[in-house]
Amino acid sequence: MKQTRHASPLTVTGLTVAYQKKPVLRNLTFDVPEGKLIGIIGPNGAGKSTMIKAILGLLPKVSGEVQIYGKPYAEMRKLIGYVPQRESVDWDFPTNALDVVMMGRYGHLGWFKRPGANEREIALDCLNKVGMADYAHRQISQLSGGQQQRVFLARALAQNADLYFMDEPFVGVDAMTEKAIISLLNELKAQGKTVLVVHHDLATVKEYFDWVMLLNVELIANGPTELVFTKSLLHETYGGKLAVFDQEDGATLVGAR
Amino acid sequence: MTDFWIIATGALVAISCGILGCFLVLRKMSLIGDAISHSVLPGIVIAFMISGSRDSLAMLLGASVVGLITVFLIQIFQQSGVQADASIGVVFTALFAVGVVLVSLNARQVDLDLDCVLFGEIAYVHWNTIDVLGIDYIPKAVWILGFTVAVIFVVIGLFYKQFKICAFDPAMALACGIPVALFHYLLMGLVSMTTVASFESVGAILVVGMLIVPAATAYLLTERLSVMIVYSVLIGITCAVLGYYSAAWLDASIAGMMVTVAGALFVLAFIFSPSHGMLARLIKQRKLAVLHSQVS
Repeated sequence: MKQTRHASPLTVTGLTVAYQKKPVLRNLTFDVPEGKLIGIIGPNGAGKSTMIKAILGLLPKVSGEVQIYGKPYAEMRKLIGYVPQRESVDWDFPTNALDVVMMGRYGHLGWFKRPGANEREIALDCLNKVGMADYAHRQISQLSGGQQQRVFLARALAQNADLYFMDEPFVGVDAMTEKAIISLLNELKAQGKTVLVVHHDLATVKEYFDWVMLLNVELIANGPTELVFTKSLLHETYGGKLAVFDQEDGATLVGAR
Repeated sequence: MTDFWIIATGALVAISCGILGCFLVLRKMSLIGDAISHSVLPGIVIAFMISGSRDSLAMLLGASVVGLITVFLIQIFQQSGVQADASIGVVFTALFAVGVVLVSLNARQVDLDLDCVLFGEIAYVHWNTIDVLGIDYIPKAVWILGFTVAVIFVVIGLFYKQFKICAFDPAMALACGIPVALFHYLLMGLVSMTTVASFESVGAILVVGMLIVPAATAYLLTERLSVMIVYSVLIGITCAVLGYYSAAWLDASIAGMMVTVAGALFVLAFIFSPSHGMLARLIKQRKLAVLHSQVS
């Protein structure tokens, strides 16, 4: 696998997605650098989650190709970790936090192998990394929103992937969880892993991400934060919806929706 | 011996329905179970017309195919913009109606009683025995249901982790390479098979009760999937036993009584469950209110 590492962790070519004939993503072509925290930024309805889902094959594509480290997506699934939006699952499901994290190992277990002591150990370790070890046996509906998000993150860690996709991990979490997530993301980066994060809060973009993709149906820009996260490009992305603006270029941003 | 075979039949229905029902309830697909149980009727009739007998293997196959077609049609309609509940309603009533027409067209040639298909007659199962490997005293229904239970044990046992993750988080399952659609149709195939295997004993309609009610009751009593399945099966068996004796006592429909008992057990769990019950919730609220008044 090492010899493929010169290729970009994610290369997308000509990706178009449509709901009933109306295009939601038009002809996206880009690649991302390895070992970066990448923020996917854009207004509501810009297709940020849709892009992730289409890349992961959860939604049908009209056209386009996705390559992971230079190979077709289907061959590289084990290198990919996915954190869906928290609301996408039923938290009343009869299971506990440890069990959910162990699901991160299912992809590696193949068709017939059952999760055992080894998987349990990995899952406990991952829960520990997100500061949730004390809640391992807690029923998931009894966890707060932030705790649920951390369980999801622990599950992604258990997948032991090289390329992570996270769909709005910061939505509806407390300040402590946000800090825990961000320090975890930096740890992943330090290990040379690549993380794509759908993000809403423009105020924290500069602090959190070193690479930014601006998206509004089409790809507006894709590059290092200091080059891409600028007033003019944000204006292009958000149109007239961007409320308050800067002193210097792209500095203080408030209330963008 | 009659008592034993009737209860055994009911218990086997309860076991197969109890296991599958848990996954249907958790995937919020209870109504799909309902739909399948109705729409297998044309499959049963067509298999009957082709094979010319109530040969149950042919029926099992025919009905399972129609069950899968039902699920497939419902999904196609949903994906092309018909509301979820409407597409379920359209597909199963239309297929069921085709079945009713087929039965009425063939009523003279064939001995297939609509009442029997819909409501079953568990009281007669012991009359209908077949000779398998020289054993001739075990009723046919018990053979077929036993076979169904065995298939369910093997399939769910082998792929428990896949069924679990597909129920909890299908998007994540798909992303990590688990063929979600395959396991969806596998589950639906098992539901169809169970419906048909049960139709002679409890009937196509009451099988829905055995699919959903014990599982929904078990859901109120535990917070672990494996325990939920065990509870669901135990509750189902309890329904079969209690249902049989209360039916005998009241001289009422056995299958009807079994599902009535299931309903009663559900109400009990709904009120008295220590974790999800109404009483537990009320007591918790009362305690909180007291705590609050003490603080302020």
